[in-house]
Amino acid sequence: MSSSLASVSTAEESGDTSPQQKQSKKPKYSRFTQQELPACKPLLTPGIVIGIFALIAVVFIPIGLASLSASESVVEVVDRYDADCVPSDMQGRELDFIQNSSTNKTCTRRLIIPKTMKSPVHIYYELDNFYQNHRRYVKSRSDKQLLNPSKEGETKICAPEGNTPDGKPIVPCGLIAWSLFNDTYTFSVNSKIIQVNKKNIAWASDRSHKFSKDVYPKNFQKGALIGGGKLNESIPLSEQEDLIVWMRTAALPTFRKLYGRIEEDLLANEEITVVIDNNYNTYSFGGKKKLVLSTASWIGGKNSFLGVAYLTVGGLCLSLALGFIILYLFKPRTLGDPSYLSWNRNPSASAD
Amino acid sequence: MKRFVYINDDSYQDVYRDNRISNTKYTLLNFLPKNLWEQFGRFMNQYFLLIACLQLWSLITPVNPASTWGPLIFIFAVSATKEAWDDYNRYVSDRQANCKDVWVVKNGVRRNIQAQDIRVGNIVWLRENEEVPCDLVVIGTSDPQGICNVETTALDGETDLKTRVVPPTCAGLDSEQLCKIKGVIECPNPDKDIRRFDANMRLFPPFIDNDTCPLSINNTLLQSCYLRNTEWACGVAVYTGNETKLGMSRGIPEPKLTAVDAIIDKLTGAIFLFQISVVVVLGFAGNIWKDTESRKQWYIAYADEDPWYEFMIIPLRFELLCSIMIPISIKVSLDFVKSLYAKFIDWDEEMFDQETNTPSHAANTAISEDLGQVEYILTDKTGTLTENKMIFRRCCINGIFYGNESGDALKDTQLLNAVTSNESSVIRFLLIMTLCNTVVPVESQTGGITYKSQSQDEDALVNAAACLHMVLVSKKGSIVGINFNGQRMLYEILDILEFTSDRKRMSVVVKDCQTGGILLLTKGADETIFPCSYRGQQIRVYVDVVEQYAQLGLRTLCLGWRELREDEYLKWSKLFKEASSSLIDREWKVADVCQRLERDLEILGITAIEDRLQSGVPKTIETLRRSGINFWMLTGDKQSTAIQIALLCNFICSEPKGQLLHINGNTEDEVGRSLERVLLTMKITSSEPKDLAFVVDGWALEIILTHYKEAFTELAVVSRTAICCRVTPSQKAQLVQLLKSCDYRTLAIGDGGNDVRMIQQADIGVGISGREGLQAARAADYSIGKFRFLKRLILVHGRYSYNRTSFLSQYSFYKSLLICFIQILFSFLSGIAGTSLFNSVSLMAYNVFYTSIPVLTSVLDKDLSEKTVMQNPQILIYCQAGRLLNPSTFAGWFGRSLYHALVVFLITIHAYANEKSEMEELSMVALSGAIWLQAFVVTLEMNSFTFVQVLAIWGNFLAFYAINFIISSIPSAGMYTIMFRLSRDPAYWITMLLITGVGMGPILALKYFRYTYHPSAINILQKAERSRGPIYTLANLESQLRPMEKDATQLAINSPQTWNPVYEPLLSDSPSATRRSSLPSAFDIFHSAQSRLSSSHPRNIKDN
Repeated sequence: MSSSLASVSTAEESGDTSPQQKQSKKPKYSRFTQQELPACKPLLTPGIVIGIFALIAVVFIPIGLASLSASESVVEVVDRYDADCVPSDMQGRELDFIQNSSTNKTCTRRLIIPKTMKSPVHIYYELDNFYQNHRRYVKSRSDKQLLNPSKEGETKICAPEGNTPDGKPIVPCGLIAWSLFNDTYTFSVNSKIIQVNKKNIAWASDRSHKFSKDVYPKNFQKGALIGGGKLNESIPLSEQEDLIVWMRTAALPTFRKLYGRIEEDLLANEEITVVIDNNYNTYSFGGKKKLVLSTASWIGGKNSFLGVAYLTVGGLCLSLALGFIILYLFKPRTLGDPSYLSWNRNPSASAD
Repeated sequence: MKRFVYINDDSYQDVYRDNRISNTKYTLLNFLPKNLWEQFGRFMNQYFLLIACLQLWSLITPVNPASTWGPLIFIFAVSATKEAWDDYNRYVSDRQANCKDVWVVKNGVRRNIQAQDIRVGNIVWLRENEEVPCDLVVIGTSDPQGICNVETTALDGETDLKTRVVPPTCAGLDSEQLCKIKGVIECPNPDKDIRRFDANMRLFPPFIDNDTCPLSINNTLLQSCYLRNTEWACGVAVYTGNETKLGMSRGIPEPKLTAVDAIIDKLTGAIFLFQISVVVVLGFAGNIWKDTESRKQWYIAYADEDPWYEFMIIPLRFELLCSIMIPISIKVSLDFVKSLYAKFIDWDEEMFDQETNTPSHAANTAISEDLGQVEYILTDKTGTLTENKMIFRRCCINGIFYGNESGDALKDTQLLNAVTSNESSVIRFLLIMTLCNTVVPVESQTGGITYKSQSQDEDALVNAAACLHMVLVSKKGSIVGINFNGQRMLYEILDILEFTSDRKRMSVVVKDCQTGGILLLTKGADETIFPCSYRGQQIRVYVDVVEQYAQLGLRTLCLGWRELREDEYLKWSKLFKEASSSLIDREWKVADVCQRLERDLEILGITAIEDRLQSGVPKTIETLRRSGINFWMLTGDKQSTAIQIALLCNFICSEPKGQLLHINGNTEDEVGRSLERVLLTMKITSSEPKDLAFVVDGWALEIILTHYKEAFTELAVVSRTAICCRVTPSQKAQLVQLLKSCDYRTLAIGDGGNDVRMIQQADIGVGISGREGLQAARAADYSIGKFRFLKRLILVHGRYSYNRTSFLSQYSFYKSLLICFIQILFSFLSGIAGTSLFNSVSLMAYNVFYTSIPVLTSVLDKDLSEKTVMQNPQILIYCQAGRLLNPSTFAGWFGRSLYHALVVFLITIHAYANEKSEMEELSMVALSGAIWLQAFVVTLEMNSFTFVQVLAIWGNFLAFYAINFIISSIPSAGMYTIMFRLSRDPAYWITMLLITGVGMGPILALKYFRYTYHPSAINILQKAERSRGPIYTLANLESQLRPMEKDATQLAINSPQTWNPVYEPLLSDSPSATRRSSLPSAFDIFHSAQSRLSSSHPRNIKDN
């Protein structure tokens, strides 16, 4: 029989029926093809489940305690100054006060240190109701321009703060840079100025890889509208740490940003005088401004959320474990008793 | 409507197309546009394209357009490549066929040309074992009688050899003359009917023969057949290229949509609506916020003048932000797992039929889930339930029974004695067995004779006759040689009155070459032969005999004969010739003429042929019925045989356990009354513990389907079992259609050509690659070697596929919704401006990579072992009723994603508040939280873990960190150093633990609680099989089961209001909403209480 090739696709079986091809078409055996791979089939037995919950409780409660104590060990002084730093005669006309360049914006605050604060003491400014995560805002920056002096013209996505009215590119462009926070703080104890270290407040990676040391501010805050702070045009961007910090946009409308560090211990009950240059406008949208002095622990700043949450979850798991144990003792179930199968039990009994 | 083919005339050749075969769908030029157009026909693709286009507008896009374009192009490229590859393979095989060398007569000389250059009217020369390149009319063969044999396997799947004859006008021409022959063939335009060819041929001088000679399918060689046992043959090309019978019948089958796919589509639609409403609400809120709040936020610097489209921008941004609600990966994932399900079927060793060397095959890779949701199985009888291996067992000749004692007539000494003593009625009986058929004897090299036949019955008869010393030795043209007791007899076959399914009988007119007498030999079904018997014939006894044999499940044939007078025959012969050469209504006319001859028969006796049940059939039917599947038997066989077989294979129970209700009658009224009576009985007795079934025959069914469709539908719904006998292929298809219209999932299983329509009509068509050829298997979605494999196909493959797809699809929605809800929550903290919390890279990787890989391994998930499922087939109800994928389970997943989004978001923003609330970090914390959760969700929802699953879940988890570490070390990436910073921060890891604990704790507790105190049957069996506790055998289960089932039946029918709609696909069409209530099922009652529980909390997926 000539093995003339089946030419039409449907003809392929015709060859198979010819007696020469007697080889078996039996599928080759493998555990995978037969779906017989060895498998672990865990079962939700009371033992395992109660064990898991007990384990969670045992792990969570100590972690919770540790987190909570770490958070408690942080000393934090928060001072809201936006309302109080408006002179009494300007109350009710905050917007006029802040937008008028001739008013005296200096304001003096006194802070009492409740507990000794070990150095370094972090100084933060906290803004509230400030949407750094707004879509219009968060996109309004040109990373290329910040990194590369030859690309200072790349300001398209920075609109409306891309170019000056006469068409020159603004460096750094965009709403983020334009709205740079510009309140300043001066600290003193008993008229002795406390040095604030403003170096290394930005991420090292940002200074080295996001902001170039060859790019200098240009045409910044020269437009019709003045936003926030101004920049010294003789300092490269990589050293403008306040700007770098500011441009790490916050994800939440309430956020703190690092202002500087005090590298000496602040003793308990010390009274610290802060002279604030209250320049930044949060009055138009009712945002609060706060000054925060805080130490740090391994878990970060003062935030009892994790500790409390851990203790709650741990406690709940413990009670769940206990509950399941009690339930198990009072209503034991035989594992896999076929009498529970619906077709093995009297349907009229199960219907009620 | 007709075409005229001028033989061997080059001047007419350009009228019709050449023989170039083309099965390709595309050409090189139109591939891209045509393929894209087809792909964009689907709603999902249109949706994704729209989203991708919107993303090109940078004002509104929250992320890089690449995050949508990338996956979209990938998906399109994958399906386009698959299409292109398939099409290329078709092209290659076409080219192979087109370039084959063939011998064709050109200008009176035989020349070798390529197959594609054959033109209509060419004379094509074929040698033995060559494939026929196009449809030919035979005009010459090497055989002096003008006969050639062809194998038509590729065309109709039948493996026997068929005889083709040269039309009488061309008979006896030698090859020299054949090269010069001229003439015209008048034939119909190309069609796909491979059983008909009603044409005429007329030859031109010098071959003048005034008669136009009729041509039939017996004079043709169709494309793709093989010439066998014939040295050479030649024929005139009448249909070429794609216009051949084969080419015309090659249709693209309509794609079938599974119930699961339909639900997924509906869920997608629902999600789409949800998404639109979210967009509208948030867009509205966003615009209000913008107009009130953000005007005050000077640093956002909104311009005073808005462009006209400003009001649309925020809604459109949200549309893009929410577009990932519909996961782009779901289609790819589903396609992947579905093809794997199909492969598992192909690979299954236990469904390999050793006997016929056929593995199971899933031709349709897309509908495996439907196998698990089958509610009705419509099965053919012969060859499907039975082996279709016919053995001659008994006979009754002239009122004397043979083979009744031994059960084998061939060993009945009484019969052997009758043969040796030349008893005339017995000899005639044997003569009919030997002559009245279309069997071809083939002499093998060793001298033995084997028979090639189209019908198993004929084969059995001829073989039996041979055992009784009446051996069919040769068929040379119309001369048949018979060896009887060493004595050679010759008969000339004058006419064959063919078997058709309407006539249900066949006859031959033979001339005894010894005596010259002309005989009419007839065999056929009893009810078509008895009316043809001569007046005064004692039919009574034969009716009883037929009844008696049918009771034993034997197939009976009635044999009769008559001597013809010469003048009567000649007169009739003329009419017959006329009728068979008519072009219009030929079949009907021939039948009419045949009727005139087939009268006044003397009935000689009845043959009884046994068709054994296939092994494992009763067991398979019993198991599948216990799983809640209803069985209907549709057979062309007679009622009594069908009932007998049904009893043998557990299909119905005998009295008093079961009751069989007959629907019969000859007129419309009678049938109507009968149907009403049955319906009434069915309703009344449904409270009794009885297996009820109804029987209907083809005639009554025809009346019912035209006049009483509604009542019958009602009956179909309450009846679990039905036997329909004497039904035609189209009635089979109509019954499937009827059940489908009631929204039942139907599976049709059959083996023969008469089942093809039913198989194609049903939701799932299963073909048995059996003795009647591969026709059914080829048309079917699944082909299996034996009926008993159906059990495994449904209970193992169908069930697993359904479970796995349910999980996979709902999980895909879950993970997309999860990330989407986080984005929505974040928008409330970002001034409802549509800021994306996640960056483009993370979003894209989340959808196509982080969350897609682990869940794909659910193709290996097994909730219960195969053995447990086989022992407890009732568990299939979970799949049938769609309990694992329906709006209420989906609501569970929806709730879970909302809960998890809240957990991730709230914990993240509180743990990363104040000085830590940096955008990139917070985004990565939230993303990691989602990744941690999804790893644990997959772990919790999987039932079994092979190393593949463990590797995929936790490997993927590690890969997430690896990838993010890599991205974090690229200075230009937005995420530069983020992952390093986070991983050094203990608070990050503590936050992850917290998210996991809060996210998974309640889910684990709920799952455990339900698992232990409200377990589903699946849970109980899981525990039983895994704790190796009290392993109960099938036997003791059965003993409890029997009475239960009936009680359940009673209860379910009496109180349909206990049925709870929660498990029903709520979105499905209305007829289904009421039907489950009438199904006898205990499960609904038991689960109704539980369903309320399950729907109330967010997770009732795997375990309700």
